[in-house]
Amino acid sequence: MNYDRFLNPSIAAVPPSGIRRFFDLASSMKDAISLGVGEPDFRTPYHIRNAAINSLIDGETQYTPNRGILSLRREISRYLSGRFSVEYDPETEILVTVGASEAIDVALRAMIRPGDEVLVPEPSYVSYSPSVIFAGGTPVGVVTREEDDFRLKPEYVEAAVTERTRVLILPYPNNPTGGIMERDDLAALIPVIEKHNLMVVSDEIYCELIYGGREHVSFASLPGMLPRTITVNGFSKAFAMTGWRVGYACGPKEIISVMNKIHQYGIMCAPRMGQVAAEEALRLGRENGYEDVLMMRESYDRRRRLMVESFRSMGLHCFEPYGAFYVFPSVRSTGLSSEDFCARLLKEKSVAAVPGNAFGPSGEGNIRCCYATAVDKLTVALDRIADFVRELKEQA
Amino acid sequence: MTKLESALLDLLKEDCRLPLEKLAVMTGATLEEVAGTIEDLEKRRVILRYAPVINWDLTDRERVEAMIEVKVTPQRDMGFDAVASRIYRFDEVRSVYLMSGSYDLLVLVEARTLRELAAFVSAKLSTLELVTGTATSFILKRYKEEGVVFERGDSDHRLVISP
Repeated sequence: MNYDRFLNPSIAAVPPSGIRRFFDLASSMKDAISLGVGEPDFRTPYHIRNAAINSLIDGETQYTPNRGILSLRREISRYLSGRFSVEYDPETEILVTVGASEAIDVALRAMIRPGDEVLVPEPSYVSYSPSVIFAGGTPVGVVTREEDDFRLKPEYVEAAVTERTRVLILPYPNNPTGGIMERDDLAALIPVIEKHNLMVVSDEIYCELIYGGREHVSFASLPGMLPRTITVNGFSKAFAMTGWRVGYACGPKEIISVMNKIHQYGIMCAPRMGQVAAEEALRLGRENGYEDVLMMRESYDRRRRLMVESFRSMGLHCFEPYGAFYVFPSVRSTGLSSEDFCARLLKEKSVAAVPGNAFGPSGEGNIRCCYATAVDKLTVALDRIADFVRELKEQA
Repeated sequence: MTKLESALLDLLKEDCRLPLEKLAVMTGATLEEVAGTIEDLEKRRVILRYAPVINWDLTDRERVEAMIEVKVTPQRDMGFDAVASRIYRFDEVRSVYLMSGSYDLLVLVEARTLRELAAFVSAKLSTLELVTGTATSFILKRYKEEGVVFERGDSDHRLVISP
């Protein structure tokens, strides 16, 4: 049967994630070391898992309010206030979602009208542009450059704005580059945002994974930006809770309530056990100074240094990432495209990395390597990459 | 303990074969600082030995291990230390711990055969004048040691590639 008649052409036309091909390839190789993962190698801390276990034992298996359990929303409010100086009312300005991904999706669907343009910095996480298309909008890539440390510059935003532009996505700390935006970088965007009357979706899912004495600045904490920002965050990266699927969006109550409309009809609520676990993560974190998060961050930081140093000693240009858990070295000097480099690296050395162009055309020439993997495996993977690069140079 | 010492201990505990250069990169310290700190940790006997975790069950070496709960009479002025030192001097003894609870010392013993181990308990350990009682439990199977699970099988449940 031909299903063309039943498929929405604008959705059918969205290409599948560029990561898919590598996923299939890498999955077929049993002993490959994967630097292609996008999640922590820690398990969710035990006390968090235990809170969910106890809640299940107690039979807490029902729906929660659409916006999420109120005590969780209160913890989120306290967390954002205490940690990043942004104030949100737990009753009206916070929506608990199924991961940060849902938060991004409903934020865009709530705000975008057909034909509206959304500025998506590149390279960035693979689902922003498809989500814009699914919401009926048009994604417009805004290139970020390695020479700017992959920071978003106001002049590039200005150049991409048209009268149809409504929303700017701000994906920092950034996947895949590891780039961050410091206070001055963010402040520099304010004039262009105000001039063109834009809303910002600030995806801060990696906000706790920031290194080198840098500090995460929440965009909504900048003067005048609270009413213009949907802050998206979640528990996956900071608390090693990817599979729990709990995230949240915070913003002006007028927009959150429309987002909640989509969420309540489409999803109902995030899973209760996930919400219970998330509340425990924040509650205990508040009491013990986010001990688990700090421990994980310190461990990532050691591996981050090892990665950067190793790629540099292979003669590859490697920008120093101050956020997330990825390095994004350039493989241009090898003469191979990102995809060829990754395909051959996987085939010849059994190491999986993700080609940079999976994160937008401007990622071409780089590869994403995740360092959320045990040091002994990382060391072997890095040795193999070094061999591979050496062999390529000898052949050249 | 300094931050560097703490970081080095964490890293060496995971993999004591990490070269100094890598340790320096990962901790952000210089090669000299790392080498000096490790030497100092060794001198102060914070680091005692660099040893692998071995799964002897996969080798053909015969080996019996037991944990022995030992009750002793503490000595005046010496407490348990004197009798503990008498016990840890035996080659068969791998570890000795002073315990709280219903017995005093926990002694981990290793021998080639059951017979050897029995001889150790009956001839050497029980006959020490300050030992008032022993209870020997043999180790049947080891599941996890030093944080390492013996069973093969990848505990990494993550997708190999994810966005």
